[in-house]
Amino acid sequence: MPELLLAELVNKQQLKKDLFKFSIKAPNIVKNSKPGNFVEIRVSEQTEPFLRRPISIYNLDRENGILEFIFQVKGKGTEILSKKEVGSSIDVVGPLGYGTFKYEEYQNIAIIGGGIGIFPLYELAKCAKNNNKNVNTYIGFRNQELVVLEEEFKQVSNNLVLTTDDGSYGKKGFAINFLEEDINKEKIDSIFACGPLPMLKAVQKLAAEKNIPCQISLEEKMACGLGVCLGCAVKTASSPKDSPEYLHVCKAGPVFNSKDVEI
Amino acid sequence: MQNPGVEYFAQNDLPFLRSFDTAIIVNACGSSIDEYVELCKILNTLDIDGVELNLSCPNVKEGCMAFGNTYEGVKKVTEEVRKVLDKPLFVKLTPNVTDIASIAKAVEDAGADGVSLINTLLGMKIDIDKKRPVLANNTGGLSGPAIKPVAVRMVYQVSQAVNIPILGMGGIVNGDDAIEFMLAGAQAISIGAGNFIDPYTSVKTVIGIEDYMKKYNIDDINNIVGTVQMN
Repeated sequence: MPELLLAELVNKQQLKKDLFKFSIKAPNIVKNSKPGNFVEIRVSEQTEPFLRRPISIYNLDRENGILEFIFQVKGKGTEILSKKEVGSSIDVVGPLGYGTFKYEEYQNIAIIGGGIGIFPLYELAKCAKNNNKNVNTYIGFRNQELVVLEEEFKQVSNNLVLTTDDGSYGKKGFAINFLEEDINKEKIDSIFACGPLPMLKAVQKLAAEKNIPCQISLEEKMACGLGVCLGCAVKTASSPKDSPEYLHVCKAGPVFNSKDVEI
Repeated sequence: MQNPGVEYFAQNDLPFLRSFDTAIIVNACGSSIDEYVELCKILNTLDIDGVELNLSCPNVKEGCMAFGNTYEGVKKVTEEVRKVLDKPLFVKLTPNVTDIASIAKAVEDAGADGVSLINTLLGMKIDIDKKRPVLANNTGGLSGPAIKPVAVRMVYQVSQAVNIPILGMGGIVNGDDAIEFMLAGAQAISIGAGNFIDPYTSVKTVIGIEDYMKKYNIDDINNIVGTVQMN
């Protein structure tokens, strides 16, 4: 059951000019969260901006009941959020989403993320590593300036490949190219992905070709995050052409079996 | 309109809703008069307390809206549904019309029990970097506090034109908003978007209405309906 909470902001860290990590005290939400869940945050008591902002969970500190999320300042809402000070309260609803990462039955897992899509993959990698999985992580950025969380991901991976599109840092190219090379070598038996749509499409295709189970985390604009407004629809892969059927990212997702959705 | 359909609703959602001690009014949408009639025949057999015809959803490419724009369209579909529906019937109106009062009159003339207003205003947002509309459907329904002044004005205009009850809605997030709609002429109010930002919005609204009643020594909230005094 999701909970509505005014959670204390206990720590705030600016990772980049437009990238913030918030740590909030939310013991019940932490207890009920799984890798892949997200929260909805109301940034102001005023009605402008109006709707809550869906933000993925980066890290769950179960011992201390601390939930961490990282967000990029994109518009008015995230701008207001970024100015909150330590000690103030964050109006949060969570955990949300029934579709979470299911890694338990696999052994040699590949985790692939691009840009700001890497954030929800950290908790997954951490849990999988703690459960003695062989965690192969591939994270890609456009250039050196955008590289973030390298050390953090190194800690929770057996093997980390970091790429930049222009080769200004790490390996040059797209993360998926390196994943593809490793599939046989590392006996990859599952893929978990989050990132920009072109990357997700490529991962979806690769997983289908190699017949490897694949779970992808989708991002959508959401009004409610609770399955009510139906705004975050994604077409099912099995939809007949003339009568499309939909699932909702907030409720059935945000993590889907890559075979189930047409993206 | 995007939803799992009436059979699914009857089997899955209705039993859940019935577990609460409250009335259930079902919002019904179709893409032809026949579809509205078929749907309402089924709804008539269910354990629900009323139906609200949605003639006005702008979030789908075709459908509801076509009926909601003219006196004749609204009257025709309401009359046909009235023939098959014994339960209380409300008709929800689109604000995207020139003369809301005449549309509301069509609802009354067709024999409906009440009129609901307003639905969302048709809007558009453009991402100035991508130079493209933000919504996949290009345009979509604008709701929330931004539309409240339009809604209050329309409730007032409709209250001057019809004698059936008005269910007022559009941007209500607290008791003060609700009182405004009631003063304008709404017998009852609905909350939609407000629930998205705070699941307790309805409870807080009820408390806010009670506070207003205490402040002005009002015994019966019905006494304030339509009592706005125009300048």
